[in-house]
Amino acid sequence: MAKYDEPLLNEIEKRDDDKIFEVEREKLNIPNLNEREVVKHFIHLSQMNYGVDTGFYPLGSCTMKYNYKLMEKVVKNDKINYVHPLQNEKSVQGCLHIIYELEKMLCSITGMDAFSLQPCAGAHGELTGMLIAKAYFESIGEERKEVIIPDSAHGTNPASAKMAGFEVTEIPSKNGKVDMNALKNAISEKTAAFMLTNPNTLGIFEEEIIDIAEEMKKAGAILYYDGANMNAILGKTNPGIMGFDIVHLNLHKTFATPHGGGGPGAGPVGVKKYLEKFLPVPRVCKKNGDYFFDYNRPYSIGKISNFYGNFSVLLKAYAYILLKGRELEKITERAVLNSNYLMEKLRNAGYEVPFYGRRMHEFVLSLSKLRERGIKAIDVAKRLLDYGFHPPTIYFPLIVEEAFMIEPTEDESKKTLDEFADTMKKILHEDEEILKNSPHNMPVRRVNEVMAVRNAILTWNDLKIH
Amino acid sequence: MEIRDNLLYTKTHEWVLKKNGFARIGITDHAQESLTDIVFVEFPEKGERFKKGEKIVTLESVKSVSEVFAPFTGKILNLNEKLNDEPGLINSSPYDEGWIVEMEIENEEELEDLMPPGEYRKIISKDL
Repeated sequence: MAKYDEPLLNEIEKRDDDKIFEVEREKLNIPNLNEREVVKHFIHLSQMNYGVDTGFYPLGSCTMKYNYKLMEKVVKNDKINYVHPLQNEKSVQGCLHIIYELEKMLCSITGMDAFSLQPCAGAHGELTGMLIAKAYFESIGEERKEVIIPDSAHGTNPASAKMAGFEVTEIPSKNGKVDMNALKNAISEKTAAFMLTNPNTLGIFEEEIIDIAEEMKKAGAILYYDGANMNAILGKTNPGIMGFDIVHLNLHKTFATPHGGGGPGAGPVGVKKYLEKFLPVPRVCKKNGDYFFDYNRPYSIGKISNFYGNFSVLLKAYAYILLKGRELEKITERAVLNSNYLMEKLRNAGYEVPFYGRRMHEFVLSLSKLRERGIKAIDVAKRLLDYGFHPPTIYFPLIVEEAFMIEPTEDESKKTLDEFADTMKKILHEDEEILKNSPHNMPVRRVNEVMAVRNAILTWNDLKIH
Repeated sequence: MEIRDNLLYTKTHEWVLKKNGFARIGITDHAQESLTDIVFVEFPEKGERFKKGEKIVTLESVKSVSEVFAPFTGKILNLNEKLNDEPGLINSSPYDEGWIVEMEIENEEELEDLMPPGEYRKIISKDL
């Protein structure tokens, strides 16, 4: 990685001989620098950047796994780039075919009966799913206001349920899994849904899922599948078999469609037959061999995004699924193998794995024992930077003290995993002061996170005032 | 880890300083350390009434968001408004300058459920 002592935009020295556009730039409120300086600045920053293309990225599919470059080529195809969303449906039959086929593929991967590709991100999918649950109970005249969520859940779950108008009941976990007694106690005639990620955020498969589904069915409530960890079960099992009623997928996590930098994502929602009529409009339907948009769906929750979702993201997922075909399950096999291999290596190196046992695609360490030496998870994360590794997710899930969540994904080699494990072992035996003051080799040392949050400088204007 | 002898404690790591008919509430040294640097405090309205165990304040730290729970039932009398500008006081001075709210005590009996310092010390040593 390159290392520059790069000034901020407002610190770059202006050139005297470049007065021509000065007035215009000031009017436009952009940095008053010439192209040469601006290009150099941003290229320097990009050279100092670390990404999934340059090294190991143990955040895994939880954030973004390695994405094949072929998908980038597919979406750059002119036949697709010049399609306009307002075009007559007869002239975009190819695109509609892709939407139609992708829905079918996702149905067979998840065991659902119908899909909508409109939601533009995971949390958007959750909200859509919750609105469907709400519409369902309204349609059968039942007033159910509560959604149950385990304390290991992604933070978006309670937020989505609340936004859809539900009250949230949190239940504690037991040994890293759903506590069946706590769940049974929480269920009542007011329960609308139980939102669950399986495997959960600790990477543990909820083995009692069939019993959980049974309980929800008995209570007349909906079982909701958060698909964030779909990378762990592709082709092996699916939410339909487990008894889930609604599923959202994060195409940008599992199906190799990058959404780095806050770019567009896709969070399709799938449902069982009895909920199909509530899916967002329009649905892409087929009649006499022609595709068309069907808006005539009186029970639909309505439109939830402009046009038909993030089409280029959907296209990447479509290409990825076709590329992998029946080999999709190999992704899961390799991801789970990598995760368990790395977990064992780190455990042997002296790291603690709470609720130790076999894991799926990810695992969570607890670094709480290091606190006796005054070291926190963040210190180890920062020290990893010095050795050229991107740190994993830290401080999540909340039920593990000083959590260190690692998801290697399927594409990393044994050599990379070994190097990472060796580095983690080395760090464990390093001097406290070295860890607490890391990183030492980065262009920027330990950043002041409090100041960054409280005094966020996000735009050129903020920087100027600053 | 400082635990003060003149305070009462909850399992959810609040401390309570009993005064005449009301009490001052904050979070413990142990709690502030696990939360790490606090960057934002979301207060309730003055005069709002909370039942014991209800969420009264939300604390946002650089790593997560967590709640402060009412140690007993009563109305909010005062907020430590200094925390709006300097939320870090909770970290640097959890028992003094970093107090969070003052609440009226509706029912003195509820205070009997709170823990004395010795008992709280046992709880957090298990936590570690």
